Amino acid sequence: MNGTKSYISKTVEELKPSGIRRFFDLAAGMEGVISLGVGEPDFITPWSVREAAILSLEQGYTSYTANAGLMELREEIAGYMQKSFGVSYSPQSEITVTVGASQALDIALRAILDPGDEVIVVEPSFVSYVPLVALAGGVPVQVQTLKENGFKILPEQLEKVITVKTKAIMLCSPNNPTGTMLERSELKAIAQIAEKYDLLVLSDEIYAELAYEGDYTSFAAISGMKKRTILISGFSKGFAMTGWRLGFVCAPEAISQAMLKIHQYAMMCAPTMAQFAALEALRAGRSDVEDMKKSYRRRRNYFVQSLNDLGLTCHVPGGAFYAFPSIESTGLSSEEFAERLLMAEKVAVVPGNIFGKSGEGHVRCSYATSMELLQEAIKRIGHFLDQHQKA
Amino acid sequence: MKLTEKQIEVLEILENNSARIPVEDIAKMAEISIAETETILEKLEEMKVLVRFNSVIDWSKVDGHEGVTAMIDVKVAPKRGVGFDEVAQRIYRFKEVRSVYLMSGAYDLSVIIEGRSMNEVARFVSEKLSTLDSVLSTTTHFILKKYKHDGTIFEQNEDDKRIVVSP
Repeated sequence: MNGTKSYISKTVEELKPSGIRRFFDLAAGMEGVISLGVGEPDFITPWSVREAAILSLEQGYTSYTANAGLMELREEIAGYMQKSFGVSYSPQSEITVTVGASQALDIALRAILDPGDEVIVVEPSFVSYVPLVALAGGVPVQVQTLKENGFKILPEQLEKVITVKTKAIMLCSPNNPTGTMLERSELKAIAQIAEKYDLLVLSDEIYAELAYEGDYTSFAAISGMKKRTILISGFSKGFAMTGWRLGFVCAPEAISQAMLKIHQYAMMCAPTMAQFAALEALRAGRSDVEDMKKSYRRRRNYFVQSLNDLGLTCHVPGGAFYAFPSIESTGLSSEEFAERLLMAEKVAVVPGNIFGKSGEGHVRCSYATSMELLQEAIKRIGHFLDQHQKA
Repeated sequence: MKLTEKQIEVLEILENNSARIPVEDIAKMAEISIAETETILEKLEEMKVLVRFNSVIDWSKVDGHEGVTAMIDVKVAPKRGVGFDEVAQRIYRFKEVRSVYLMSGAYDLSVIIEGRSMNEVARFVSEKLSTLDSVLSTTTHFILKKYKHDGTIFEQNEDDKRIVVSP
């Protein structure tokens, strides 16, 4: 800086740039790359949904909506959450439509944190959690889950890091990057901790539609937990609507109203055409979502078994569209593995350490890619392993 | 007939994937063994539920093989005892005929014909189809362009528009 003053805030200066960025730059310039590095569906938004957005534009719905979102949409969301997950929220006072689940995470953290408050982040985790806690003035406390436990958090691990400053626990099930889904009994154990220590739970349920094993349980559906839960969800993953940037957050009235305060000053409202699209997505019925889910599930079955056949051991992920195989048999670090695989075979995966220390020794592979490309990727990974397997 | 869950699973996998998908990949997708998959495939073929493994080909792109396709609405007089089945059979036995459906509404049979030229199709309609005893009238529609056929869009920009790596 040549002694000149830095204008950047200390908090932002201390944030680590996302490791995904470096990988993106490496892969972006290459031709013929099969990308398993993408955190979004390969499906285009169903036509009926796109068509509804076009119609809203034709009809001239181009102005702001209410801060919390179109009332019609909030009513549909309330009905959907009740019907699909058995949780009931008031469209008038407990639901806020946001610019993606990402903004929901941001306003949730800002609404509840005072400087120095601690938030427990269960690792490996989505890359934004830790920086968002820091940006909201909080202190992220990372807890490492273990491969041996299928990357599930154990209650005793949580108890070990709880202090008087702990305000909330952040959970994501089904998980990005591991695909791990917590069962009802496991959520109940976490609920008991939340009760015992009087904590909030930020439950990121963006992958709830993509749960393949058993019945999905929302954290807010655990008895007594609605009052402690900030439930974050949206349309990006299950409805294949990432680019629309439309999410929502459900929380008890006091917290909802606090979030709405931030939302109205910082964002005003979510994009109107995207809200009309979301309305159609909820009204159109379940068949598009169900078809996509079936397709992911079959590809998961193929891909996970094929990885295991190749010696990259991988638990069967209960949801989302990620496989998180161990690459320890190669003796490479996850960054080395990902970089060499990209250079040698043109297959892009994301190194696990980007999602936290406990992700080291693993890579995240998205199977939201056509069967033909997955088959080709498996071939290329097999070829790569032939040359890199430890003797 | 009532199929098992896995039989339906295998059918859906076949319907949504290339006909060249290896049996071991179907087995992995359906979470069953290769042997079980083979048994299911044999059984489905035996029951004629799985009728044929087809490829979708856009011949209009191939010089000299463009051909013409016509959809013909056919009104027929059904016969006592055999209804429409007998005349349908007389029609579908011609190799030029790709499909025959019995329809509700303004006409009875919908016949799809493929030929090398319009003349060839016209000759078939006037010489073979119209001259059948039970055929009362025909209306021929030539297909000008195929946009989507059997669930497959022919001219689709399938480029992956996603950025290569994202969180």
